[in-house]
Parts: sequence; structure tokens; C-alpha cells
Amino acid sequence: MISANITAILPELWTAIGQTALMLAIGLGAAVLVGGPLGVLLFLLSPGQSLANRPVFQVLNWLVNTVRSFPFIILLVALVPFTRSIAGTSIGPVAAAVPLSFAAIPYLARLVEQCLREVPRGVIEAAHAMGASELQIVRRVLITEARSGLVLALTVLAISFLSYSAVAGVVGGGGIGDLAIRYGYYRFQTDVMVLTVAILIVLVQGIQFTGNRIARRLDKR
Amino acid sequence: MTWPMNKIQNIHPLIRLEGLSKSFALPDGTRFDAVKNVSLQIREGEIVGLIGKSGAGKSTLLRLINLLERPDAGHVHLGEQELTRLGKTELRAARQGLGMIFQQFNLLQNASVFDNVAFPLKIHGRRSKAEIAARVHACLGIVGLSDKTHSYPAQLSGGQKQRVAIARALAPEPRVLLCDEPTSALDAETTRSVLDTLRDVNLRFGVTIVIVTHELSVVWRLCRQVAVIEDGRLAEQFAIDGSLSDGSALRRTALGRELARIAASPAEAQALERLEAAVA
Repeated sequence: MISANITAILPELWTAIGQTALMLAIGLGAAVLVGGPLGVLLFLLSPGQSLANRPVFQVLNWLVNTVRSFPFIILLVALVPFTRSIAGTSIGPVAAAVPLSFAAIPYLARLVEQCLREVPRGVIEAAHAMGASELQIVRRVLITEARSGLVLALTVLAISFLSYSAVAGVVGGGGIGDLAIRYGYYRFQTDVMVLTVAILIVLVQGIQFTGNRIARRLDKR
Repeated sequence: MTWPMNKIQNIHPLIRLEGLSKSFALPDGTRFDAVKNVSLQIREGEIVGLIGKSGAGKSTLLRLINLLERPDAGHVHLGEQELTRLGKTELRAARQGLGMIFQQFNLLQNASVFDNVAFPLKIHGRRSKAEIAARVHACLGIVGLSDKTHSYPAQLSGGQKQRVAIARALAPEPRVLLCDEPTSALDAETTRSVLDTLRDVNLRFGVTIVIVTHELSVVWRLCRQVAVIEDGRLAEQFAIDGSLSDGSALRRTALGRELARIAASPAEAQALERLEAAVA
């Protein structure tokens, strides 16, 4: 029943799924570790917040907007020298994870900043009145109160970057998207194309479903 | 709990505000003077009402006491400490002595009642888990919500939320409780029970209460001292002594006269309360 095209790429398919998972893990990890704090900083520095600082906020804001303006494929190519210096190569999933991370950091920063804006002002003020430090407010007020929104933000990011990782295939990044392009598109193997797209659909549905569930469980409001 | 109730009242006031001024920048570029050169002294164990029309500056004045707003000029003293001279870290520690409750309760929605009340204890380290738990249960006992320890704020009524906020404010054993329109979002009956809780806290533990309100019924029910704020200035200050003599002739402000008349006439007081309940 299974077509010869599909049987032929099956071993490669498993590798491709692993590569996609690796790219996503590195990209999302970098986004959480760097983009998350950057988003918190953007929020705290914005006008009316406790660390309000117009010049610093405007510089960060401009930086985030600028990196987000790049079409991903341009960023991918433009960063090749940088990627080579960090990953030692510009080919393969680890190398592709560098521009992915680069794009994911400001993306998540912006999403985090927007989530934190939903936390009622009065709650932050009450924490100040109780003598909480900035760091305590971030950890015990902002992240606690915005946590379900933050999970949904990460869900949006994961799904966007699942499709970005497919673009990384163009420069030899590997992954499911790469497979779709090389076999499904260049060799006109429609069945392979359908299979890879179907796998991506299942992944996206799974990520969204899990994200929604966790967010709902965390939300006590 | 360690607050002696019948301590001899200090000759020195607990809270001393000296020449406080605060202005805000308006969107059109001009400045609005919310508080103008206000000096006020509050003795330990008092219940003081700050009343005035909306926009008179009473909330700003209250927020100047714990420096949620920094004054443009003037000094704030709490006991021996001058709060306006403290650095960031010292001020954070000093704020443990100044509990605050708000009109919109401002509880953490994603934290249980227990965690909300434990919040001020956790952020100022040096207490063990067992100490924190004991203090949280004691405070929830004071406000009558021991059975709601594991609930979330969304599962509580408005009055219950405000009581959790009171328990949270009391947790670090403050000397002062600042109340910013604490009953304005509550119905008449709930208002009464929250005011009873506040009075109870004052009588049992000697906590000084400063309450901002626009409801005159709250003032005569709870307060022993009143400061009328008009246009950012302290217009007058007097005691509500509970005697039924009509002192309205002595009052300089319209609000003061109205309050004196109400305080002197229980029937009128009840009528007012019904009216405020109907409006709410």
C-alpha cells in the first residue's frame, strides 16, 4: 500500500523529524532564556512602569522592531558569517538554529511584553506597597499573573518557528520542511509532499492543543 | 501578636506629614497640583478619615504616606523614621510597617488565599515556612476567613476579597493600615461588615488606620478623626466624638457641616446610609 517514494525516504524522514525537533528546541530555548528577560525589561522600562526609562526603552524597542522586520530567509543568509563563527559551520540543523534563535528572541520578547501589559496595574502597585523588589515583582507578580498568557505566547512562537524551520531547509538546515522541498517539490513526489505536510499539521495541532490545556490549567482568574 | 492595646498614647504622633506637595503632568503639557503644602499629624491608635470630593487630592495624600507617590516637597515621618530620606532598600523594609488596602482589592488572581496573605511575609525573608503558615492562619482568623485558605480570589465575593486584602496587609504586623476607598466597590451590608473588621483590627491590635473615602456613612461609622481635603489643601480637621450635640456651626467646610449634622442625628445617618445603598 505504501508507495515506493515514501518507503524510500522513510529512514530520512526519522532523521528529518529529529532535526526539526533539534532546531525548535534550540530556537525556543534561546527565545525563553534571552527573549523572555528582554520582554520583561521592555515592559519594566516602558513609560509608566517602575523602571520607566525613555531612551533605553526606545533603543530596545527599535532593536526588536528592526530584527523582526527582516524576512526570515534574508536573515538566514545575512547571518551566515555569524552562524559560522558560532556553530563552526553554516550547514545542518545546529547552524540553522542560530538564525532561528536570532529571529525568535525579539519575537518572544514582544509577545512577553504584551502579556505583561495585561497584568492589572493595581496588583503591581500593591506589591510595591508591601515592599517587594523589582525582581520579586517580576517573579511573584508579573510571571504568576500572566502565566497562562505566557504559555500561549510560547505556543504561538513554537508554531511560527516550526514553519520557519522549514525555510531553514533551503540553506541545508535539514528537517521536515527540507524533505518536503527536496523530494515533494523538486522531484514532483506529490505523495511525499502530502505526507510531510500531514506530519506538520499533526505537529501544529498537537502543540496548540497542549498549549491550550496547560494555559487553561494555570489560569485561576 | 504583640500590639498592646491600652498603651499610653505617645505624645509624639506616629505619622507626621510636613508641607507635602505633589503635582502631576497632564497630557496637554500643563501641571496639576494634586496636593498643596499639606501638614498633618496622626497619633498612634487613631482612625482618621480623609474626605473630600473626587479630585480633591485625598487619594494622592494617602499614597504619599507610603511613598507610592514621591512628594515634590515636604517630609513624611513614621515614628522615629523619616521615610522621605530612606534609600530604596530601607524604604522597602519600612513599608512592612505600612499595610495598604485598595478599592479594587488588588489580590493576585493566580495565587490562593493562603499565598496572597503569605506574599508580604515571603518577600521579606528571614521567616521559616512554619512561621509564615502560622501567621497566615492567624490573620485569616482575624478577618474570619479561615475556611477559605485554599480558595482562589475568583471564587470569593467582593467582601471576602477585601477581607483577604486586609489579612494580607496585617500579615507583617504593621503599625498603620492605609485604606484607599476600601468599601466603594461593595454593597451596603458588606461595607458594614468590612468596617466592623477594620474597627476590630484597630481595637484589638492598636493598628492606626487612615482611610480615604467619599462615603460620609463610612466616616461616622468608623472614624474618630476627620480631615477634610479641598482642592489639594487640608481645609479642616476635627474629632467625631460620638456626642449627639450638633457641632455643625463650628465647621468651616460644607462636608464638615454635613458630617457634624449626620453624626448628631442617628435618624439622618440611617437615611443617608439607605440612600448611599440605593445609589450603589
